[in-house]
Amino acid sequence: MGSTINTPVGTTETLVLNMGPQHPSTHGVLRLVLELDGETVVRARPEIGYLHTGIEKNCEALTYSQAITLTDRIDYLAPLSNNLGYCLAVEKLLGLEVPKRAQYIRVLLTELTRIASHLVWLGTHAHELGAMSVFLYCFREREEIMKIFEYVSGQRMMTSYFRIGGLALEPPPGWLEMVERFVRIFPARMQEYEDLLTENRIWQMRTKGVGHLRADDAIALGVTGPTLRGSGVAYDVRKAFPYSSYDEFDFRVCTRPEGDCYARYLVRLDEMRESLNIIRQVLERNLNDGPFRAEAPGVIPPSREKMKTEMEALIYHFKIFTEGFSPPPGEVYQTIESPRGELGVYVASDGSPRPFRVHFRAPSFVNLQALPRLVEGRLLADVVACIGTIDIVLGEVDR
Amino acid sequence: MTIPQELEAHPTVRKLREWNAAAMVEAWQDRGELTVVVPRQWLRRVCEFLCNDPELQFNLLSDLSAVDRFPLEPRFEVNYHLVSIVRRDRLRLKVRVEGDAATVETVTTVWPTANWHEREVFDLMGIRFEGHPDLRRILMPEDWEGHPLRKDYPVTGYR
Repeated sequence: MGSTINTPVGTTETLVLNMGPQHPSTHGVLRLVLELDGETVVRARPEIGYLHTGIEKNCEALTYSQAITLTDRIDYLAPLSNNLGYCLAVEKLLGLEVPKRAQYIRVLLTELTRIASHLVWLGTHAHELGAMSVFLYCFREREEIMKIFEYVSGQRMMTSYFRIGGLALEPPPGWLEMVERFVRIFPARMQEYEDLLTENRIWQMRTKGVGHLRADDAIALGVTGPTLRGSGVAYDVRKAFPYSSYDEFDFRVCTRPEGDCYARYLVRLDEMRESLNIIRQVLERNLNDGPFRAEAPGVIPPSREKMKTEMEALIYHFKIFTEGFSPPPGEVYQTIESPRGELGVYVASDGSPRPFRVHFRAPSFVNLQALPRLVEGRLLADVVACIGTIDIVLGEVDR
Repeated sequence: MTIPQELEAHPTVRKLREWNAAAMVEAWQDRGELTVVVPRQWLRRVCEFLCNDPELQFNLLSDLSAVDRFPLEPRFEVNYHLVSIVRRDRLRLKVRVEGDAATVETVTTVWPTANWHEREVFDLMGIRFEGHPDLRRILMPEDWEGHPLRKDYPVTGYR
């Protein structure tokens, strides 16, 4: 039997506390079962599945192109990263080469996604630890990025802008000026967050030495992304297994050796600067001329003009949108560096127009498994800091 | 054992074969990805070898998932996607499992990260992992009947 109010205090009996599923700092519906000895966490057990929507099963009932819309909804804070991972996987299955211009635009937009996602992380993480204004500042800048996404794709969040073979649409005129404006103002804004937090004594007390994760533990638990790099392991998919022309850009893999919440905070701030650095390099390329998607009759929809003037293009257009296309049988596993870590997309084809099996290796799902390692033996108040610092999105955990 | 000629010299295939020729049924390279099919009884020992061998160092289990080939037999394929962080290399291990005895040895002793992955495969595909410390459903409710990712489980409607 558990303890009651009448149990004498100071005994060795522990108390089981449910944190969530509806708790303001669980970033969605995460339930944590905590066994407490006073204020110390003895054991922690995450219970997940509250947001399970069966995306992998649903993908099997859709055509390859239709399934893109579901990928947005996996990690709703980084929809373009999911689009990219899935599109790259199907392109690998098809053996399709994407035009350079589309690859560069993909790099630019996914790096903007990384910044937007890190801004939500920073704002909510700081908010949970008591710093209200950082939240408002971060969402101010995130809104700028959302405006760019809306202007380019027509949607703020569920963009579905990357399609198999390239992009959905020709980007509208003037979008590069919006990106340039953001690149100009953002460094000063980042300084504002740093002024509020980096040297802040309360912030340091809440994060330094809290939630320590050793490098070998992190690898054994499969942790990737900024959480792994905060433990000193320089593993970044963009560098280790480059995709979408990332090898043409010069950037640093940001690491910190300490392995605590503060180190992970510094890593993510550094990453935002590096993303900005990549965006600047992309802006130097020619992003205005050239095709925005590959030419592959029967797989990629023909241009509107061709469809209206050529019989063959019209037939392809009709076939692609009614029955889809059929990649040759086989299986691929494509990984990308999403804002949260290694996002893996496994796609198996049996030669039919619908994917035989789609599986998403969601970085949040794997990283969340390390949470008990971070919080056990520490104070209850640190649990909130630790949930924030591994940056989970429950939509992605449960899929 | 069927291994194409061009893969004989592949370092991972060569090392694995030198260690134990019986631990590899088939190997192929498709779309730049190396796949090695392992007999079920050898799986855990192969994983231990790949993880700990100083020349291979597949120390990160990136993903573990399963495919249902129903109505074919062996019905299930369990795929292990390994990464060597140091050598920047990837490998897919594949185990084929019969439908009526869908059990595989757990690899949680090699990579603790396999814990939740195996629970997910158990939950959605119904493959059991022998020796798993805590094999419960993870995404579906605990009283759920059936395994939704199986091919004989409908996408819509009643079961």
